[in-house]
Amino acid sequence: MEYFIESGAKKWEVVLGLEVHAQISSKSKLFSGASTDWGAEPNSQVELVDCGMPGALPVINKYCVDQAILTGLSLNAKINKMSIFDRKNYFYPDLPQGYQISQFEFPIVGNGYLLIDDNGKEKKIGITRLHLEQDAGKSLHDQDIENSYIDLNRSGCALMEIVSEPDMRSPTEAAEYVRKLRSILRYIGSCDGNMERGNLRADVNVSVRTKGQPLGTRCEIKNVNSIKFIQQAIKYEAKRQVDIIENGDTVLQETRLFDPNKGETRSMRGKEESHDYRYFPDPDLPPLLITDKTINLLKDTLPELPDERKNRFMNEFKLSSYDAEVLVNDKETANFFEQVVANRDVKLVVSWITGELFSYLKINEKNILDCGVSSTKLGELIDLIADETISNRQAKEIFHDYLGSSQNAKTFVKEKGLVQVSDMGEIEKLANSVLQENPKMVDEYKQGKDKLFGFFVGQVMKVSKGKANPKIVNEILKKKLDS
Amino acid sequence: MTNFSNLKISSAIKGLKNKDFTSLELTEFFIKKIEENKNLNCFITNTFDKAILMAKSSDKKIQRDENIRELEGVPIGMKDLFCTDGVRTTAGSKMLENFIPFYESTVSNNLWNAGAVMLGKTNMDEFAMGSANTTSYFGNVLNPLNPNLGTNDLVPGGSSGGSAAAVASGLCLASTGSDTGGSIRQPASFCGLVGLKPTYGRCSRFGMVAFASSLDQAGPITHTVEDAALMLQCMSGFDTKDSTSSKKRTPNYLDFKKFNVRGKKIGIPKEYLIDGLNSDIKKVWDEGIGWFSSSGAKIVDISLPHTKSALPTYYIIAPAEASANLARYDGVRYGYRQSGKDLRDLYQKTRRTGFGKEVKRRLMIGTYVLSAGYYDAYYLKALKVRKLISKDFEDAFNGCDLIFTPTTPNVAFPIGEKQTDPIEMYLNDVLTVPASLAGLPAISIPSGYNKENLPVGLQIIGKPFDEISVLGAANLIENARGF
Repeated sequence: MEYFIESGAKKWEVVLGLEVHAQISSKSKLFSGASTDWGAEPNSQVELVDCGMPGALPVINKYCVDQAILTGLSLNAKINKMSIFDRKNYFYPDLPQGYQISQFEFPIVGNGYLLIDDNGKEKKIGITRLHLEQDAGKSLHDQDIENSYIDLNRSGCALMEIVSEPDMRSPTEAAEYVRKLRSILRYIGSCDGNMERGNLRADVNVSVRTKGQPLGTRCEIKNVNSIKFIQQAIKYEAKRQVDIIENGDTVLQETRLFDPNKGETRSMRGKEESHDYRYFPDPDLPPLLITDKTINLLKDTLPELPDERKNRFMNEFKLSSYDAEVLVNDKETANFFEQVVANRDVKLVVSWITGELFSYLKINEKNILDCGVSSTKLGELIDLIADETISNRQAKEIFHDYLGSSQNAKTFVKEKGLVQVSDMGEIEKLANSVLQENPKMVDEYKQGKDKLFGFFVGQVMKVSKGKANPKIVNEILKKKLDS
Repeated sequence: MTNFSNLKISSAIKGLKNKDFTSLELTEFFIKKIEENKNLNCFITNTFDKAILMAKSSDKKIQRDENIRELEGVPIGMKDLFCTDGVRTTAGSKMLENFIPFYESTVSNNLWNAGAVMLGKTNMDEFAMGSANTTSYFGNVLNPLNPNLGTNDLVPGGSSGGSAAAVASGLCLASTGSDTGGSIRQPASFCGLVGLKPTYGRCSRFGMVAFASSLDQAGPITHTVEDAALMLQCMSGFDTKDSTSSKKRTPNYLDFKKFNVRGKKIGIPKEYLIDGLNSDIKKVWDEGIGWFSSSGAKIVDISLPHTKSALPTYYIIAPAEASANLARYDGVRYGYRQSGKDLRDLYQKTRRTGFGKEVKRRLMIGTYVLSAGYYDAYYLKALKVRKLISKDFEDAFNGCDLIFTPTTPNVAFPIGEKQTDPIEMYLNDVLTVPASLAGLPAISIPSGYNKENLPVGLQIIGKPFDEISVLGAANLIENARGF
């Protein structure tokens, strides 16, 4: 979708590139055996390397390497058979070694891409590289008036830094990119994508230009940790840059922070204050060598990825691109859908999952795994709609109560006395009384006010207390009014 | 009390097994000697209580004749670079003056598991940076071999100066050293001892306070070649905690006794006949060449064309790595801290006062050569030259089995000399550094004396992992030299 910032006669294009930091879901850290469990007592998950003790040495966690390779493969990327770990040197209290072990010149994963949905069309977003690095610890400044505290539980956790090309042109595209990347990571299980915990966070590079011009000076917004904030930050930052240029000034290359409370970005440090990290190969770690055999073995373990699954859903279930996208985005939702849809009406199932179930999850702030709704539970209810035991409308009315109960659909519906009336004679009686009570309307309808048909249906449903089978109500009314 | 001063490990093992004496007797003898020779300043920390416990436990095993290990009851000195669980480990620096590790280095652990007894932690140049043991925060070490006693005290060499002086003065049976550019071989040479730097990767670096990770290698300082083999047998071996430690099987180093020099080619590199080479040392070198040829070895002239670039290469790579390795000493988590008005001030004050002059000089050099704009001209170039130096050796070893050179250009010099110009001090390493850069095994073997009766050591450099030939050739000199 086209996105421009219009200012006077000029249309400004926004150019976006993202660096996403994804924490690898591994039991232990990138170079130590310390646990990565979330929420543990501060400094309780720290080994010698993680706190930079004298003589401590890093030893690579093979599982993390495999996860990086899997991620690379699922991003259609080149796996580099030789990569190098480098030391990135800077002083900070939450960086115990005085350097971060990262990859600089030779990352483990090279060029790749992913596809985002651009209003039903696919757009390719280039991936420049993916590299492995250690996370830093956490400085806590709010525990004491005089002192800062440091928690090293996160120190040394494995991160994948995934760098995109500057291929995005709108906040929506950036959001789609992160959503898609997150979806892929969750499909293969290399990262849980939990943005609230900071397990997935993005540095956003923003620049603006009038179309066709060379790239403008970019600002990097650090550590934005929700998709909503990413969009807000981009909107604010792009506008800020346009305003600067329109005022005849120049944008300065700098690192900025997004303040979600104020919805604005502000300068963290300028280019001239940027560190000289003095990268050099870490002599404690030999080059990381990956064989074709390893790559092929891992390739064989790759699950069906969101794009493939979407295509399959569109072919197999004849879903629209939109519905398929909504369903495959989250792996668990897609699994749930497949369980429910087996031997059931596809349209009914799609509408119930993307409509009623999603809204139920949203209201209850739950996800499909922890909401307690099994595929059988939803399936049985849909079955009662399909065999016309109850109407769709009835089902919607009882949906939340039904999910809260432990009864199966048949029993629940029976006990509520909700069984749908499909008896022609009974419905005809109701229809007759409705028509008799509204002679004026009947006249108007007969003179061509077709819209009133819905009114009659509604009235019959109402007097039946919602129990009448709407299909039969329709048939009978049509017969009576149109004859 | 029996005088155990000149006892060899091999004789001590026999004596202990024969129950001629106990480990406790040995240990108490050395404790007394250490106390009598405090003026030499060989030890930073004594661990006498621990030594007595260890000796008693060894005696018990010997008494019962059960599970007697390779070095059962053998009292040794441990260079204060090896972290020892519960025993202060300073690396010769104020920065770690009160640092007590809660973990044990692999090398020291291997020795204790072999039954060795720890008398104490030996003095050393601060963070192993020095060639005279004059940079230690805990004071100079005196060379016990001073024929002009009362005039000028001589340096023992460095950085393993305390380890060498302790063995030379009979304060322990053997000691551990670490060699980055000559720190085992040079003090061994200055003190008339055997000093062996194994192939890089033979001994684990885990728990050894790092100076320059791609060069650091532990090794023994002993009276005899056999003792060196006995020590290395216990010190070396693959360690999962050190990614650079070699998986090569540890041979039986005592097989050096089977080494036959007949028909072997001994390479004499013309580049080692440097301008500043002391004429007495040259004489001993020539004598040594004579011993080899009269034993049936073939003497071949070889060339190591990049030798003259080795010292400058070393003094770029080692400080570069050190600048990162020593970044962790920041006053935040452990070790020396000098508070400041803010974080930056704390860092600056801590590092300004916690490190000595030579360490700071090397950290400055290291930071400089890695800086943006200088990296290519210095660090990157040094890496390339290092490859050429390795290639020199590879080529040379196509035409010879061992390389035979002096260990140092000069004998031990008086304390206070070579203190004004750091380059003069660095020149001490000119003949030891090339083998370090190439990661090759090299030994210094006492081979003669100069006119003032100061010991002269010669160096034998071997092919990667061929410690046995290196020890075998050293053994030939040991037998031929006539003292």
